[in-house]
Amino acid sequence: MPVVYSAQRGAADAVLRAEGLVFSYKPREGELPPRVLDGVDLSVWRGQLVAVLGHNGSGKSTLARHFNALLAPVCGRVLVDGMDTSDEKLTLDIRRHVGMVFQNPDNQIVASVVEEDVAFAPENLGYPSDEIRARVDGALRTVGMYEYAKHAPHLLSGGQKQRVAIAGVLAMEPKCVVFDEPTAMLDPRGRESVVNIIRSLCDDLGVTVVLITHHMEEAILADRIVVMSEGRVVMDGRPREIFTQPDALQGYGLGVPETVSLLRGLREDGFDVPLGALTADECADAIMTAVGGAVLSGCENGDVAD
Amino acid sequence: MLKDITLGQYFPDDTVVHRLDPRTKLVLTLVFIAALFVARGIVSYALMLAALVCCIAASRVGARALLKSIRPIIAVIAVTAALNVFFTRGTPIVRLWAITITREGLIGAAYMVTRLVMLISGTFLLTYTTSPISLTDGIESLLAPLKRIKLPVHEFAMMMSIALRFIPTLIEETDKIMSAQKARGADFETGSLIRRARALLPILIPLFISAFRRADELATAMESRCYHGGEGRTRMKKLAMSPGDYISLVCGAALALAVVLTNMAAP
Repeated sequence: MPVVYSAQRGAADAVLRAEGLVFSYKPREGELPPRVLDGVDLSVWRGQLVAVLGHNGSGKSTLARHFNALLAPVCGRVLVDGMDTSDEKLTLDIRRHVGMVFQNPDNQIVASVVEEDVAFAPENLGYPSDEIRARVDGALRTVGMYEYAKHAPHLLSGGQKQRVAIAGVLAMEPKCVVFDEPTAMLDPRGRESVVNIIRSLCDDLGVTVVLITHHMEEAILADRIVVMSEGRVVMDGRPREIFTQPDALQGYGLGVPETVSLLRGLREDGFDVPLGALTADECADAIMTAVGGAVLSGCENGDVAD
Repeated sequence: MLKDITLGQYFPDDTVVHRLDPRTKLVLTLVFIAALFVARGIVSYALMLAALVCCIAASRVGARALLKSIRPIIAVIAVTAALNVFFTRGTPIVRLWAITITREGLIGAAYMVTRLVMLISGTFLLTYTTSPISLTDGIESLLAPLKRIKLPVHEFAMMMSIALRFIPTLIEETDKIMSAQKARGADFETGSLIRRARALLPILIPLFISAFRRADELATAMESRCYHGGEGRTRMKKLAMSPGDYISLVCGAALALAVVLTNMAAP
């Protein structure tokens, strides 16, 4: 299991850090507690976009909730910027640093006007009103929803609601945002807009992002992929390293992006294509090169004349 | 059917009435209601009606929207009027078998109907011209003194604004569940009243379960956005009284005084 980047970076550079993290929900009497998280060691470095993949029940959402102090570890510890999440005095500080966006956009919007909802977190943190105003306007501009500031959230599309929810988290100016399957309930267009925002948070604002997902296509955009299974981290690497091991992924109940499965199929049919072309463009280029080569070599052999 | 609910509906606009501070509007509405119950005699009523019509005109809400809000309680108004007409003693005008209609009864009914219509139009004018969020802010601010005697004013206001936020969401969901049940052959439109009430059960149960799940997720989302009760919480939009608010309050007080005075002058 390759551990990415850990060699060249020191512990101080980890925004999120889980050490021997074990978690289980309260068991019924006489039962052994089933471990939802079974010894997770993971460091997320500053400015990284980390995708966490795993099938249902792999513990990926439970892990996400630890980074926000919504859950506290049973064993081991979780550090956010060096702050221990088990310390209740630090809870507010931790939540201000690590924002969280959930799956259902409807159930995380508190207010009946978009800008009031975005203001919710800074209001809770007790900022003065002009500071809140500035943060709300800034956050709405970042997600491209500024013109909808006075709208009622229930009249927006799913993708727009999710962008409002992201703005609501950005208004806290967090160092890190954890997304818990943010696109699971969106249509393709909404999904695309949300994914683009997630990527730009990392590239333009330098926010560290943890993206919990089960869409392989979204994971391609990450800098690093962590695969979870049965409450453990089982794979960890760059997207290219992870997706070129389709058999291992299948073993953990996961597929590969469509591009990879297409290239694999072509390879089985005797085309010399690389498996590492992940995005649609890369994939198309790879196929063009391979097919072009085949046609050329065919000409040389005189096959075309027949 | 569910789309017709107008309770708490807000018509966004930018008129004098819309711009008033919610606290002003709340106080004025309460004064209006109190004056309405004190008012006696044609002069008082005329004064009240004139004030109400002025407010409605200034708000540009439109008489049609207000009349629509009265429709659901037409039955109540009719029954009240009938009781007044038939059961008031006084000078008889019409006598048919056991039914006697008196002059006093007719007058009383007319007053009662005017009073009810004005009461409902007045309160709906408040909700039509005030966004739910500023309404709850106004209530929270007006009730703030009660925090001293440990009443959970902030929590109450928060609950109310969340309830208002989720009304459209839950209405939409009810529609969806109804369609789903209809698609499986559920029948909500025919049969006796009891039968129809029982047919609603398969709608209420999924609705409740989903509402609880939503509540749970919302609570988690609020917590993750640093919500920790009203303590140390600030607001983006602070309520501020403008000169217009003070003028309106003075006008409201003058109206109440006028009503009391004409009452005393009236026999």
